[in-house]
Amino acid sequence: MKTLTASPGLITRIGAPISVMVAGVVALVMVACALLASRIAPYDPTDLASFDLINAELPPAFSADGDPRFLLGTDNQGRDLLSAMLYGARVSIAIGGGAVLVAATIGVFLGLLAGYYGGKVDAVIMRVADVILSFPTILLALLVSGIARAVLPGAATAEWAPVILICAIAIHEWVQYARTVRAATMVETAKEYVRAGKVIGLPSRRIMLRHILPNVMSPVLVISTINLAAAVLTEATLSFLGVGMPPTYPSLGTLIRIGNEFVFSGIWWIALFPALALVILVVAVNLVGDWLRDRFNPKLRVKR
Amino acid sequence: MLKVFLSRLGQAILVMLVVSAVSFVMFRFVGDPVASMSRESATIEEKTELRRSLGLDQPVVVQYGHFLARTLSGDLGISYRNQRPVTQLIAERLPATLELVIVATLLSLALGIPLGVLCALKPNGVAARGVQALSLIGISTPTFVTGIVLILVFAVSLGWLPSFGRGQVIDLGWWSTGFLTASGMTSLLLPGITLALYQLTLIMRLVRAEMIDVLSSDYIRFAKARGLPARYIHFRLALRNALMPVITVTGLQIGSLIAFAIVTETVFQWPGMGLLFIQAVSFADIPVMAAYLLFVGLMFVIINTVVDILYAVVDPRLRARSA
Repeated sequence: MKTLTASPGLITRIGAPISVMVAGVVALVMVACALLASRIAPYDPTDLASFDLINAELPPAFSADGDPRFLLGTDNQGRDLLSAMLYGARVSIAIGGGAVLVAATIGVFLGLLAGYYGGKVDAVIMRVADVILSFPTILLALLVSGIARAVLPGAATAEWAPVILICAIAIHEWVQYARTVRAATMVETAKEYVRAGKVIGLPSRRIMLRHILPNVMSPVLVISTINLAAAVLTEATLSFLGVGMPPTYPSLGTLIRIGNEFVFSGIWWIALFPALALVILVVAVNLVGDWLRDRFNPKLRVKR
Repeated sequence: MLKVFLSRLGQAILVMLVVSAVSFVMFRFVGDPVASMSRESATIEEKTELRRSLGLDQPVVVQYGHFLARTLSGDLGISYRNQRPVTQLIAERLPATLELVIVATLLSLALGIPLGVLCALKPNGVAARGVQALSLIGISTPTFVTGIVLILVFAVSLGWLPSFGRGQVIDLGWWSTGFLTASGMTSLLLPGITLALYQLTLIMRLVRAEMIDVLSSDYIRFAKARGLPARYIHFRLALRNALMPVITVTGLQIGSLIAFAIVTETVFQWPGMGLLFIQAVSFADIPVMAAYLLFVGLMFVIINTVVDILYAVVDPRLRARSA
């Protein structure tokens, strides 16, 4: 993505529609803002001393009785909403990215094994994948976090929340990687260079990692964009349901959950602004991801 | 044919055994049932007695056998939180969730099919482009955001519709229904729409793709050449053939909708199974979690198996492949 927007010559050559380019820029800007949250946020939402209950539930600056100090208003504890959102987006993207990384690693590894060895290894791995795929993401994710909650003592749950979330999301997402890599590996394994490698007695591990892996990586990168959007959404859903990031270290989903309690009293901004940020981020990443998929690998199109 | 049937049935039973094993492991090894069920001041003798009466002192395989036997006879244990039988809790909540899922499915079909046809017939029209753009936003908007926005607009600002609970329900035997009262029906609207939107995009995209496929086939071109009226071609010839996969997917999605209702039920405080489950997750109420897993797993396995077998009945090629 970075190289695409960095050199204009490449863009015209690739010929992305304007909507995709806009989406790409929006996604990059949002990710950059989130990563730089501690530099650009007007206040530090993790610093208890920086907010005051007197400022609680102030409407956004542009509404009638808004306060110019707080552009998007404040939450129930007097925190600047914009700052909280920037930090929250950082948490959301970090967890989404972490989940994609874990899922891709597990999926690529198992996909290579299944595609290279075939037979029983393949059958077992793909059967497990089928079973996992027949359950919806959200159900598996809830089960994982529920079990983690029961195993860990109460205080540790908040501390381990990011790790639990990453595992909960990755447990469903690795399947897509495994299936894609398995199919590509099967094609590669039948080719001359792999057979030659086997003949001269290279160890299987070397053939898989050094020879096959580089040739099956491009579809992995393509599906990762879409999976990142999906992972951010799942994280937000779990946090909204109250089994994700704790309010002390909120993600966008947690902020929406907090805001949801105030919707009935007409205080709409606490829930709506984080929700809007989440939707824009996910739409932008999805647009880019869809385009990448159609452009580089039309075979990957899945019915959703 | 019998071979396909038996192998699918075998697979289904295998998956259910795996699911039940996961449930059992949760029951047995996650947390300490004795600690969660006994009083804080219980003596060691009381705890040992409880352990024996729960059968926790026997070998694991024997315990799993007992667990299976109890599960099959409908006894899924007692909720740690409510101290009531789990089967009873789920049975109470089942009607609420199923009614919500039925309303959502009907709504999404009633809207998704016409919109999909519209996009397929005039793919470059303004309306079709608008619908396509909306569907992308639809796919990217999480259910809970849709729910919150609907509540803000229709319940808080306009005050037209209730935003939580089921309204007044009427008991028909063990089934409590909201279909028969005005407040029950209006309460169904907002959660129904929220849940339907998730499904709507999927159905619309599917109808569109299938319609475009069918419209480019030879028999449609032939029908056009014969000069049959466009309406007849589109709706009697094309749509009928495009609907087959739509019906399958709608059926397959019922399981996902039940699971997805968790989110909708949380937003609207809808007293269904999903709300029960999410409360169980936050309180680490293992028996309820295990039972919900078993129940939803069973739904999925039944739906998938029935669809697989029906496919084999309809399409002889699949029989050869799997045999």
